[in-house]
Amino acid sequence: MHRIRTSLFLLCTALFTSLLSGCGYNSMQAQDEGIKASWSEVLNQYQRRADLVPNLVSTVQGYAQQEKDVLIGVTQARAKVGAINVNSDTINDAAKLKEFQAAQGDLTQALSRLMVVTENYPQLKSDRLFSDLQAQLEGTENRITVARNRYIEAVQTYNVTVRSFPNNLTAKMFGMAVKPSFTVENEKAISTAPKVDFGKK
Amino acid sequence: MRWLGGLLALLLLASAATALVPVPALKARVTDLTSTLSAEDSASLEATLNAFETRKGAQLAVLIVPSTQPEAIEQYSLRVAEAWKLGRAKPDDGALLLIAKDDHRMRIEVGYGLEGALNDATSKRIIDEIITPKFKAGDFAGGIRDGVGQMLAVIDGEALPPPSNPPRQSGATQNNFGGMMVGLLIFAGLMHKILRSGVAKLMAGVVAGGLVFVLSHSLIIALAAVAVIWVLSLIGFGPLMTGGSYYASSGRGGFGGDRFGGGGGFSGGGGGFGGGGASGGW
Repeated sequence: MHRIRTSLFLLCTALFTSLLSGCGYNSMQAQDEGIKASWSEVLNQYQRRADLVPNLVSTVQGYAQQEKDVLIGVTQARAKVGAINVNSDTINDAAKLKEFQAAQGDLTQALSRLMVVTENYPQLKSDRLFSDLQAQLEGTENRITVARNRYIEAVQTYNVTVRSFPNNLTAKMFGMAVKPSFTVENEKAISTAPKVDFGKK
Repeated sequence: MRWLGGLLALLLLASAATALVPVPALKARVTDLTSTLSAEDSASLEATLNAFETRKGAQLAVLIVPSTQPEAIEQYSLRVAEAWKLGRAKPDDGALLLIAKDDHRMRIEVGYGLEGALNDATSKRIIDEIITPKFKAGDFAGGIRDGVGQMLAVIDGEALPPPSNPPRQSGATQNNFGGMMVGLLIFAGLMHKILRSGVAKLMAGVVAGGLVFVLSHSLIIALAAVAVIWVLSLIGFGPLMTGGSYYASSGRGGFGGDRFGGGGGFSGGGGGFGGGGASGGW
């Protein structure tokens, strides 16, 4: 009798396990981990960029002191990015994610303004340190794009899993909600056509 | 080969809506879709890269396309790198030199494991100081040769795990293992109920083991399955909670590097890329 009970118990456990994986619980867990991993990569690359800023600013300063506004803009944007407290919970908080994205977007813009300005300083352009820093910044921006895209993909995969039947029942049971993702940055800037003014120098 | 061309054309048509440049199949280390390189140039470059991979383990490839439009070279380059998976899986030591001839753009795409040696600044210097002057003078073969030469020299300074060619391991073991365990336990429980004689139970174990062998390609796991089924079906589940210990051969690597023999196929080894490297133009 005892033996049959144990084997029944084991059978039930086995059945339950296979049922759980049938309901997508396992894939949800795996995809959730995937999101976390790709989120860390996003943070990593943003951090890498932030770390480049002080060097970049001081190098540019050496040649182009009169570009004070642009330099201050970069420094302030960098400070704002540093002030936002992000961690692994940020991905579950749409408002926080938006704030983070906005701050990083501001830094992106400030940096690209800085890079445009540097075109006017041939001496700066020929500085070895500066060209290295510029290459690093370009590389890092590219890595950020890649990391963001992978994060968006990971969230999408997860959200599709969580929302499709019968996984949505499992998800509800275990409190696994749909996650927010990155959106297109500065939609307004993209939708307005750039102004070209040939009259002005 | 004809049908492959047809298929490619079809794919091209199908993707006309999005109109992205397709990623060519990885057949050799040097892929020139613009017929810029002469056969000798191509062959010597191929030999250099092959020798380097055999000696050092890192896997490099060169791709010349007419254009990457409408994508930026960075996007196309990453798509190529993700599709080709250059470099070994664990050290991620792959790199790609991509040239978009009509766009006058080029890019060095660097795998995760080489980002330390072939960092952005170094890649940019190779592009600006070594390749670009030659390209400007119209010497594509020379520019690529010297550029690749410099890339190899830089990577050579990096400590990488030595090249090895371990036998290909089945990737199936890991993933099916849980399911297989459950199946085996249920099977053993049933056999315990149904079959009476020990010999019949051993036979059941052998059958299950055969199945496991087909699924996992691992003799050890199959033999373990035979033993477990036999013992379990003999004694039932009562005295046992943890069962025999299993050792899953955790092989997921799949080294594809340096597979040149036989059908002449060449494939990446599963290296990962994260957008490192540099781009430039001439």
